[in-house]
Amino acid sequence: MAGIVRYGAYVPYTRIARSAIAGGAGERAVASFDEDAVSMAVEACREALREGAAPDQVLFATTSPPYAEKLAAAIIHAACALPHEAGSADLGASSRSGLSALGLGADLATAGRRVLVCASDVVIGAPEGPRERSGGDAAAAFVLGPDSEAGARVIGRAAATSEYLDVWRTPEMPFARQWEDRFGLEVLAPLLEDVAHRALRGAGLQPADLALLVAEATSERAAAGLAATLGIKPECVADRLASSVGRAGAAHAGLLLARALDSASPGDRILVVSGADGAEAVVFEVTDRIQAARPSHRVDAWISSKRADLAWTTWLKWRGILPFEPPRRPDPERPAAPPMQRAERWKYAFTGSRCTACGAAQLPPQRVCVACGAVDRMEPEPFADASGRIATFTVDRLAYSLQPPVVAAVVDFERGGRFQCELTDVDPAKVAIGDELEMTFRRLFTAQGVHNYFWKARPRR
Amino acid sequence: MGSHGIRDRVAIVGMGCTAFGEHWAKSAGDLLIDSSQEAYRSAGVTPDAVDAYWLGTMGSGLSGLTLSEPLKLQYKPVTHVENYCATGSEALRNACYAVASGAYDLVMAIGVEKLKDSGYSGLVVGNACTDGTEPAVTAPATFSLLAPAYARKYGIDEKTLKEVLSRIAFKNHRNGARNPKAPFRKEVPIEAIASSPKVAGMLGIMDCSGVSDGSAAAIVCRAEDAHRYTDRPIFVKALSFVAGPAEGPLKQDYDFTSFPEVVASAQDAYRQAGVSDPRAEISMAEVHDCFTPTELVLMEDLGFSARGKAWQDVLEGRFDLDGPQPVNPDGGLKSFGHPIGASGLRMMYEMWLQLRGEAGPRQIRDPRLGLTHNLGGGPGRCVSFVSIVGR
Repeated sequence: MAGIVRYGAYVPYTRIARSAIAGGAGERAVASFDEDAVSMAVEACREALREGAAPDQVLFATTSPPYAEKLAAAIIHAACALPHEAGSADLGASSRSGLSALGLGADLATAGRRVLVCASDVVIGAPEGPRERSGGDAAAAFVLGPDSEAGARVIGRAAATSEYLDVWRTPEMPFARQWEDRFGLEVLAPLLEDVAHRALRGAGLQPADLALLVAEATSERAAAGLAATLGIKPECVADRLASSVGRAGAAHAGLLLARALDSASPGDRILVVSGADGAEAVVFEVTDRIQAARPSHRVDAWISSKRADLAWTTWLKWRGILPFEPPRRPDPERPAAPPMQRAERWKYAFTGSRCTACGAAQLPPQRVCVACGAVDRMEPEPFADASGRIATFTVDRLAYSLQPPVVAAVVDFERGGRFQCELTDVDPAKVAIGDELEMTFRRLFTAQGVHNYFWKARPRR
Repeated sequence: MGSHGIRDRVAIVGMGCTAFGEHWAKSAGDLLIDSSQEAYRSAGVTPDAVDAYWLGTMGSGLSGLTLSEPLKLQYKPVTHVENYCATGSEALRNACYAVASGAYDLVMAIGVEKLKDSGYSGLVVGNACTDGTEPAVTAPATFSLLAPAYARKYGIDEKTLKEVLSRIAFKNHRNGARNPKAPFRKEVPIEAIASSPKVAGMLGIMDCSGVSDGSAAAIVCRAEDAHRYTDRPIFVKALSFVAGPAEGPLKQDYDFTSFPEVVASAQDAYRQAGVSDPRAEISMAEVHDCFTPTELVLMEDLGFSARGKAWQDVLEGRFDLDGPQPVNPDGGLKSFGHPIGASGLRMMYEMWLQLRGEAGPRQIRDPRLGLTHNLGGGPGRCVSFVSIVGR
């Protein structure tokens, strides 16, 4: 037996009102221009990894991998400064891969491994289509470990695989297509019911024993209908966050599970069902260790921390769907492989240095101390979770950005050290000297097919 | 050990400077030909007489061939120099030292930059292969950090500071309007400067120097030979150059109200020249007014104003053409734009004209010591050059 030792989630800061797209109620979450599935996964993983032992395996699930060939889990591994010995693998191709990864993680944990499972997705759809409206962008992460540490233990599982054409996209297609709604409903509903029953049976439970049903699927109507089929009361059914986040692809089941765990009580049983290309179900039992498993940011806190005035055309620009006039500035240069590799701890994990001779913190890491001049007396100092304040800042209207103007700040960290970087998720009109900042992992730009990941600062969310 | 300088040991005996501007019809080589020809004529020499060359350019060519090829120099040593925005001044500094060492009798420092060919807004600096973590902040944004820091430190409200900054741009444009070599040759009303579209922080487009092409050149010899070439040489009193440790981005105690590199290079230059009171002894200065707050802070770093008082000196007109200590009498980067390799020598060209009494409508009465200053980089991380020249 194994379970969730820690977890975390992430919902990006930006929302777009469905009324600003092609109609509809509520809003959906939108990854910013400098975010992708990997950077959002890192945010969720940092929450999950804030305490406890390091995992020895990373599993990452997404349907929107930044690279068709290049391991995303390795980027997440680097950004989270995980041990070199840890294994890593990507899953994907289906929105079900998020819950599949969680199940596989539980298997590995049962075998004695400690597994970081993360799922993240940037969901786009053809402009004015249903997927654009109903999708959402988010991430979730879980550390799976031994039963003795679990805040929620896995007590039942079931899977079903079925080949049918529902959601599909070839590598050449910019947007996924979906077969007609009625067909998806008819195929998926019995699959969801089947895995739910089998997972419950494996756990020795009846539907009435559940504190909460978390169901999500490529067919919204199939997901919505499962509760009635199982005879579960509406108050025991988790909100699918359709009006606040949207369906976040491979991350959605994890996001909803994280939200369920945010408010669950010891003894609660939670059934999570995810349907796409078949179905998967996992039953959790919440333990009295749940408080220790919780992240500092609850899902509802992420959801309520937002900016909801995004224009549709801006969003299309961010996702590369709408061509636009380039700036009269040179295209950014692609970063080079050897310098990136040399700087791995700095670039990906935001690790600076501290002088062992005089104690001065400095970043980027130095060899010669800026304070006392000692040579090669540095030790690594992590800054990713350090909080800082704006020493001074400027609003740069000349610098190129997909969301101008660029706000650049000089950040002074409380533990010492200073760094100048771009601010993100920020309202230029509301920035002030002394504002508290936290660091966030972002994709700065893409040049010649190379995604350039690094850190920015954002106002504390 | 020590920075001894070469006070009065070398002289500038000829100079040339092209008009600066949008030279769509001229290449970097064409501009080098134009400024060098003017400099040869000015010193009354032929290219054969010049023993060695120092070429300053940041992005308009590599190696000495950038100069020797268009000029068809006959197997002469040409050193390519680059030091950010101080590139032109750095060419002059090294040329002067070569003469002082006795290695050569007559040398040329020449600088050029073709900025307009790129089609980009503002300056573009190419980087070596990187890890992709460098901040991508533009020059105006970097220098705009000076303004709020200065205002906070000295308790000046934003409106007053804006007035001070606009006054600096107004002064430089007024001087530039009297200079036939400047591309921006119009006086600009102070209100138009203050209300120009925002570029970065408090800075509007009129707080920024322009973009242009240009070239300038100086011919240098040992002081004792100077009168062979001209009856009015100018003598080098001090040359100082400093590259800082770039502490500003790393240390929390750097407060963005000073350029320590400028302070260090100015102090070194004053020591070399025997200047003890720069506010009283320096008759005029050409300083690096890349952005208006830069010039404000430089007045204090160069010792022309007491700390926290430059803004008052600016408003009182101390640095105006008819004030007690004119700064940027030729119009500065503000009126000339900033073709990197040429700017430092363009500044020296104004000293040359002023000290020889050839500055026409801009002529300052009886100048004795002139100072030129360049910096490259930004607040907290820069290189700085200071020269002092006199009759």
